[in-house]
Amino acid sequence: MNDFFTVSIIIATLASGIRLAVPFLLAALGEAVGQRAGVLNLGVEGVMLIGAFSAYYAALETGSAAFGLLMGLASGVAMGLVYALITVVMHAEQGISGIGIYLFGLGFTDLLFQKQVGTPKPISGLQAKPFDWLAEDTGRAGELLFSHTVLTYVAFLLVPVVYWLITRTTFGLNVRAVGENPQAADTLGVSVNGIRTAAIVIGNTMAGLAGAALALEIGIFQQNLTAGRGFIAIALVYFGAWRPVGVMAGSLLFGIVSSTVLQLQVQDVISGSVSSIANMAPAVLTVIVLVVVSRRIGQPAALTRPFTRDS
Amino acid sequence: MKPRLVFKLLLALLAVFALAVAGCGNDDDDAPAAEPAPAPAEEEAPMEEEAPMEEEAPMEEEAPMEEEAPMEEEAPMEEEAPMEEEAPMEEEAPMEPFRVAVVAPSASNDLAFTQSMFDAVNALVDSGQIAEFAITDGTFIVEDAGAAIRGYADEGYDLVIAHGSQYGGPLQEIAPDFPDVSFAWGTAVDTFGLPNVYSYSVRSDLGGYVNGVVAAQLTESNVIGVIGPIEVGDAKLYVDGFATGATAQNPDVEVNIVYTGSFADVALAAEAAQSHISAGADVLTGSAQMVVGATGVAQENGVLWFGTQANQTPLGEDIVVASQVYRWEVVLSQVVEQVKAGTLGGETFIMTFEGGGLDIQFNDAMDIPADVLASAQATIDGLSDGSISTGQ
Repeated sequence: MNDFFTVSIIIATLASGIRLAVPFLLAALGEAVGQRAGVLNLGVEGVMLIGAFSAYYAALETGSAAFGLLMGLASGVAMGLVYALITVVMHAEQGISGIGIYLFGLGFTDLLFQKQVGTPKPISGLQAKPFDWLAEDTGRAGELLFSHTVLTYVAFLLVPVVYWLITRTTFGLNVRAVGENPQAADTLGVSVNGIRTAAIVIGNTMAGLAGAALALEIGIFQQNLTAGRGFIAIALVYFGAWRPVGVMAGSLLFGIVSSTVLQLQVQDVISGSVSSIANMAPAVLTVIVLVVVSRRIGQPAALTRPFTRDS
Repeated sequence: MKPRLVFKLLLALLAVFALAVAGCGNDDDDAPAAEPAPAPAEEEAPMEEEAPMEEEAPMEEEAPMEEEAPMEEEAPMEEEAPMEEEAPMEEEAPMEPFRVAVVAPSASNDLAFTQSMFDAVNALVDSGQIAEFAITDGTFIVEDAGAAIRGYADEGYDLVIAHGSQYGGPLQEIAPDFPDVSFAWGTAVDTFGLPNVYSYSVRSDLGGYVNGVVAAQLTESNVIGVIGPIEVGDAKLYVDGFATGATAQNPDVEVNIVYTGSFADVALAAEAAQSHISAGADVLTGSAQMVVGATGVAQENGVLWFGTQANQTPLGEDIVVASQVYRWEVVLSQVVEQVKAGTLGGETFIMTFEGGGLDIQFNDAMDIPADVLASAQATIDGLSDGSISTGQ
């Protein structure tokens, strides 16, 4: 039992938490961009599934995980355009459309998997660890920081990138303007539909990347591979108050609590029925923080509101 | 003008995407209907009304079929029956050969729980005991499963198998509405006192015990990791049996058990495997369909794996030592014969090594010492004659 408190186990648990956080982080960062532009996408889970299957299938067929990654991204772009068409061009209700996208992704990937693949076949995913050589020289801390695969670094690198995009660029300014007051932005000559479409495509591309990261990291695909991660990512956007750093904190918290629960079970600190309750800990914790945070920080004023010039 | 251009561009892209999607499908399902193996074509049929996620699934394949509806008299087409909800089919029902439908929570080729039943029904189709077979798989949403069960019963299937302990609730409501249809439910030991419900279960602890005995002889670190889904049903039995077997073989072995809380979360199962390995495990095992995540981690780290429910050797030929295989056909065969004889339910079947219902299949590609193999056989014999107990 006391083994849990050894440095190596704690490091392994934190490293595991970081790995678990990656799909949440990628998907939630993308969703944050979309929501800052006033578009809610409840279909993140479905897009993640499509990204995961595209990446897996492409990698399975070609033997190239990099090509798989590309296909995951491409499927995200395609789904982004579809969602923009539905919500921006056709002004459909965002909540329902998102659920439609989710159900489409769930059923469609399952169908394609059954038809094209059948039995789960392992692929060699993106296992390259670019900084592994540093991990050997820098001891335990190095193991925590440098023992990850490329996509983990990409995910965390995207935090400052998205922050910069939203807060330091004209595009980001327009995104925020469109998300807060699209009518005002429109009168100032900002293309509300154009900005929203771009934000949606960015969000969906990152959801596709999140799914691809999941499939390529595990090296397999299965029905409902994402297991609700897309929905948790949406919650983490609220948790992080629509700010990239907040989203990262939420993702890390969720991942590390999950990995801690797993490790506590391995060490027999918790077992039996207690473990069933402990498995809920990440979700419960997220909801609690969500309630506290979202009371203090308001959401983008025009979130979920379709834009038309007459409105 | 600009928005119009964007709109046209989006439409064009959507069209390209739709074409690409359409191109991905193949027409395998047009194969003769007498062979049930490529099930997806018929599997969603009864679900059409209520499961939006599956709406798109059957469309491509079934569209041509529906046009041919007037040709129902053609024998090979009959297994498509569930999609045709018109009354005329019922006239033929009493005359038809034995028809079985399965509703299961995961994919029919999941190398685990659902596949074990899928393979079993196919075995009985091959042996001629079952003439027609339809499956709705992937119904991890219990309400969807309930609708599918009701749909098959409504279509007059002779035996409807609700393959998932979570389906007990809907089955208890549905079965009394169809007194002429036999239902089988597993893994479970309760028939709700209904005369048309069979239940079936498996002593997965037996194969778990054997796997545990073998694992305890192959571990070098004396640390073994177990990954379970939720602490219920045959998964719990397997995990407990495995732990008992391993410690009975070698009391110094430490068996660490993790329940991920999900049957489906592949990524969490992978991380659970990683946690076990970081705690020193050099042998892993696990139950349920999410273990495909764990086997990948085991492969990557060169850690041995023991499977259950189906032969999991394809998941890692270098690491899978042995798998406990469920051969439901042994139980199913008895159920089918009883239904044919007019007894529609009221009995529980428990599958054991007896009659070959459970089978330990070793990976031929692995170099397993002869004495270890002999100990496995001795354990199977002992469990069968009662001289060894799993404690369950």
